Amino acid sequence: MDAQELLIWVRGAGLQIAAAVFVLGMSYRMLHLLLIGRKKSLAEARGSEWAGGLRTMWQRSFVLPKLSPRGRFTVVAGYLFHLGFFVTLFFLSQHIALFRAVFGFGWPALPRGVIDIAAVLSLGAMVALLAHRLVDPVKRLLSDYQDYLTWALSFLPLLTGFMLLREIAFEYVTLLTLHIASVELLLIAAPFTKLAHMFSTFISRWYNGAVMGFKGIRT
Amino acid sequence: MKEQETLEQRLGEQGVSRRAFLKFCAALATMMALPPSSASAIAAALAKAKRPSVIWLSFQECTGCTESLTRSHSPTLESLIFDMISLDYHHTLQAASGHAAEQARDEAMKAFYGKYLLLVDGSIPLKDGGVYSTIAGRTNLDMLEEAAKGAAAIVAVGSCAAFGGLPNAQPNPTGAVAVSDIVKDRPIVNISGCPPIPAVITGVLAHYLTFGELPALDELGRPKAFYGETIHDRCYRRPFYDQGKFAKTFDDEGARNGWCLYELGCKGPTTHNACATTKWNGGTSFPIESGHGCIGCSEPKFWDAGSFYTPLSAPAADVATVAQVSMVAGAGAAVAMGALDRVKKQKLQQSREKLTVEDLKGD
Repeated sequence: MDAQELLIWVRGAGLQIAAAVFVLGMSYRMLHLLLIGRKKSLAEARGSEWAGGLRTMWQRSFVLPKLSPRGRFTVVAGYLFHLGFFVTLFFLSQHIALFRAVFGFGWPALPRGVIDIAAVLSLGAMVALLAHRLVDPVKRLLSDYQDYLTWALSFLPLLTGFMLLREIAFEYVTLLTLHIASVELLLIAAPFTKLAHMFSTFISRWYNGAVMGFKGIRT
Repeated sequence: MKEQETLEQRLGEQGVSRRAFLKFCAALATMMALPPSSASAIAAALAKAKRPSVIWLSFQECTGCTESLTRSHSPTLESLIFDMISLDYHHTLQAASGHAAEQARDEAMKAFYGKYLLLVDGSIPLKDGGVYSTIAGRTNLDMLEEAAKGAAAIVAVGSCAAFGGLPNAQPNPTGAVAVSDIVKDRPIVNISGCPPIPAVITGVLAHYLTFGELPALDELGRPKAFYGETIHDRCYRRPFYDQGKFAKTFDDEGARNGWCLYELGCKGPTTHNACATTKWNGGTSFPIESGHGCIGCSEPKFWDAGSFYTPLSAPAADVATVAQVSMVAGAGAAVAMGALDRVKKQKLQQSREKLTVEDLKGD
């Protein structure tokens, strides 16, 4: 199998397999999670679950809490990584062409300069977060293999994508194959690892808030 | 004896001055990325070169490669040098036909055994005993194997001979393969392209005449001098790619401004060829200059790499349908498991013994 055949495979059958695993796994996990349901409360609560749930969704997403320096670093670097990831994923022209091909619609792209800054910030934040995870004794103790695996699975698409746009170290065809393959690994692993938070994070934020906002007797 | 004539003599007869000949040699040296001093070496070697016997076999092909070489532009030094080889057998170009033609091939093969150059265009069908393409009642496989035995070197002209090309595309009904899939014990140079650039084949032949060996090849057997870089790397629209400026349709503002054709399916970034530098039609232009993206014709399997108009960043297969089916399957599985959970829960509740006042009293 030469370089071209490998590229055809990752753009064709490989992508179909990855998409099937990702969509099937995610739709199963998310819907199953919702169908578990919650016990019906027989007592009238003082607080509203919905108000509490929505408030926490807002606060955890957009309000910077008062934190220790360590906590602040984690939150800021974490946000930087996520924002950079979203900007490169959804606003690079080549990616929008992909979404247009799959979903049938697209949207305007951001200039390449903005994408480049976002990608570099995102990569830098990820490296800093990994270093902090390895250096900080508390974080190191809290980490298991999944934390490192999901870090690598998120880092590789960003890195190979950045290299691809500049043809760093390898030829375009090799870098494009590596980039698509790294995304496919991310898609395949996502439903079965912590990466599933890409869909469940707002559900769990709502749930946390709802529990706190209930204010009443559990029956 | 015409075969004994040197190239310089022949060119002189055809009214080509020594000055023009030297210019041609310098252009060849430049094109093949050889040092400037090699121009005189090429001139000296070519001037003395005897016309080598060339047998050209055409198999599963469209004659586009021959058309590219012979009709690219009115006589130039490239086409003259093509005259300088002794083309002893070529379906399309030779005057003889039938038995006389086949006899010419047999005679050339005997007379120049071990010395002749074998040029092949077209793929070779292997399915059903190779019956899908025959010449004078013989299969292409049979003819290639026989001719390859006495060849000094083989030049696979065009993507069909080099990689299988169009006949080899899915579902490949004739079991078509490339020359290199059959011949393993002879030096082979692949001059891929659909069709290949005329100057590239001239360059390879001139290199062979000058140095007596084939030029340096890449991992796919293509001469590095011409296939060392991608169309993308040499494209005059490259700055627009780097700035993220893309034409979205063939007649939008971006297309009129000459922006990058990546999103219209250009395969330039993954295609190795010299179109962007040597150009076509006597140096007039190349496809991207005419406003159409590269289709990647000099790469293996280019027919199977999805639509010519699908961007490289988009899937080459139908992913949307796969995703839809997977979503329905995933949701179905979740509903089924949810129902199963509910049944389990109900059963547990039913089997639970109710606590009565009597139980609480205890002993």
